[in-house]
Amino acid sequence: MNAFVPFECIAAIRFMREGLIQTILIIVGVTLGVSVIVFMSALLAALQTNLFRRTLNYQAQIVILPPEEVARPLRTFSGGTIAARVQPRSQRLQPIDQWQKVQEQVARLPGVVAITPIVSGPGFAVRGDANKAVTITGIESETYLRVIALADKIVAGKAAVTTTDIVIGIELAADLGANIGDKLRLTTASGSAETMTVTGIFDFGNKSVNERNVYIALRDAQNLLDLAGGASAIELNVRDPFMAEEVAQTIAAATGLEADSWIKTNAQFFSAISAQTLSNSFIRFFVALTAALGIASVLVVSVVQKSREIGILRAMGTSRGQVLRLFLIQGALMGLVGSLFGSAMGWLFLDFWRGIAKNPDGTPLFVVTVEPTLFLMAAVGATLIGTLAAIVPARRAARLDPVVAIRG
Amino acid sequence: MADATSDTAPVLRLAGVHKSYATGTKVELEVLHGIDLALDHGEFAALIGPSGSGKSTLLNVIGLLDQPTRGRIFIDGRETSSLDDREVTRLRGRSIGFVFQYSCLLPEFTAAENVLMPILANRGRPDPEMRETAETLLEQVGLGPWQDHMATDLSGGQQQRVAIARALAMRPALVLADEPTGNLDTKAADEVFDLLRSVNRSLGTTFLIVTHDPRLANRCDRIVELVDGRIVSDRPNLHPVRHSSDAEAIA
Repeated sequence: MNAFVPFECIAAIRFMREGLIQTILIIVGVTLGVSVIVFMSALLAALQTNLFRRTLNYQAQIVILPPEEVARPLRTFSGGTIAARVQPRSQRLQPIDQWQKVQEQVARLPGVVAITPIVSGPGFAVRGDANKAVTITGIESETYLRVIALADKIVAGKAAVTTTDIVIGIELAADLGANIGDKLRLTTASGSAETMTVTGIFDFGNKSVNERNVYIALRDAQNLLDLAGGASAIELNVRDPFMAEEVAQTIAAATGLEADSWIKTNAQFFSAISAQTLSNSFIRFFVALTAALGIASVLVVSVVQKSREIGILRAMGTSRGQVLRLFLIQGALMGLVGSLFGSAMGWLFLDFWRGIAKNPDGTPLFVVTVEPTLFLMAAVGATLIGTLAAIVPARRAARLDPVVAIRG
Repeated sequence: MADATSDTAPVLRLAGVHKSYATGTKVELEVLHGIDLALDHGEFAALIGPSGSGKSTLLNVIGLLDQPTRGRIFIDGRETSSLDDREVTRLRGRSIGFVFQYSCLLPEFTAAENVLMPILANRGRPDPEMRETAETLLEQVGLGPWQDHMATDLSGGQQQRVAIARALAMRPALVLADEPTGNLDTKAADEVFDLLRSVNRSLGTTFLIVTHDPRLANRCDRIVELVDGRIVSDRPNLHPVRHSSDAEAIA
């Protein structure tokens, strides 16, 4: 007997060893439960991260825009009504009023990790006879690349732009037959035009984005779109993407500007993710509940089987508290051991999944990375659930009348 | 009320102990009708009586496993009715050893660990000297070589010897034995009884032994007879039979 292990632990382990078949069965049960939870959680997390990355890679989490221009309501005058049809105003491209100040103010908000001004508007990319409608985005390379992972998506050249540089998508490059170093002409509806040099080609894995988005230096875009010194939008990322809507509302309230979060602009996508998370939570809850009931029922049976031994222990000076802990520890151990095996098994499932879920070209469908905290949480959670499940049987054991128990 | 523990106080004193059980009806079943009894240090007493006379109930009440309905119990001069469950458990662990009819060893543990169990329960965790205590005790009961055998691998007589060693582990002043030889053959029973007697002589431990075997009762120093929940006779046995062979000769 180890000199540092408390009496209750020693007795708990011996009791579990004595009822070996029961112990093995319940540990197998907990193992299966934990493996399902680990596997599902890891897979779902990976799936969401992946969807997230695909959806959000070319979008900032929050975009601040100037307020929409609205037609002023007619002034009512007393004594009659005016017959009028109010036509909504057309929305011209306009800058954010004092965008530098807004940016400074928003950057100070808690949770904001990266922020950048952009100028964005429609235009045409012309090369030879080819003429394509594009969305021009003027960027400040240094800050923009912290908000949008454009640099990761570059397939040729580089992401950073200076005057007369342009970064285009691979679809547009193919349509225009343009390559790195080639020139193309960018024109806008107002008639401004500029000749640009292709310095980078990106692939966001999304055809329409690859076809339409072009990135140029902020100053070039300001000139082309007649917004000298202005910014048409401010884009930013926050620490927790799921908090984006709250932050957006704070920004809107603080600045009087419009602030759209990715959650609002991708409502459908977001509700799909929420539904997934919810169903995963349900499954986790019921699997954990099943494991807990299993542990509780095994221990209830064990208390009945061992009532004589419990009576003897009590006669020999074992306190009610010690008997209580003796059974709580058994529950905790069942949870802990089950969670260790379950984590290993969940890992094997994930490995198997990685083996089968592949693109036709052999690359993984999506990357499943497992956080070590997931295993830690599984171990802590299962131990806690085991202990809680043991409360009822343990209390029964502690309340046993030694006289009755010994007489059998 | 004598609260202080002293050598002059009897190991055990019962004053007007009644015990009744609820029977589920309005009539309560009284099993013990006012028991007065005192045991001094080093006494070796037999408690006899027909079955149903309340012997086991009395033993449970004395062992603080059960509370009397009325009356007071003093262990080492300490009144027990005012103690809470924790204090009772502590007092029981330290002052009283039990030997049951069926050896009642814990099958999950070895002989030595079974012997240690009361000390372990009392101290909360094992320490190296406890191991030596267990070895010494098992040698005293003649089971030195068996210390690492699981309890279930021992014969009935051996298990009972381990149970005696266990009862002595905390060096209690009082050992209560409920038919300690009840399910043993004559030879094993005699050996176990001789062991109890020698422990009583060498350590001065007080014994109260419930038995229905007059042969064994005759080997005790004092015989208390219980009939229908009352002590009908309490007499010293002036010429206790010393050895099992003598007992056979008399029989």
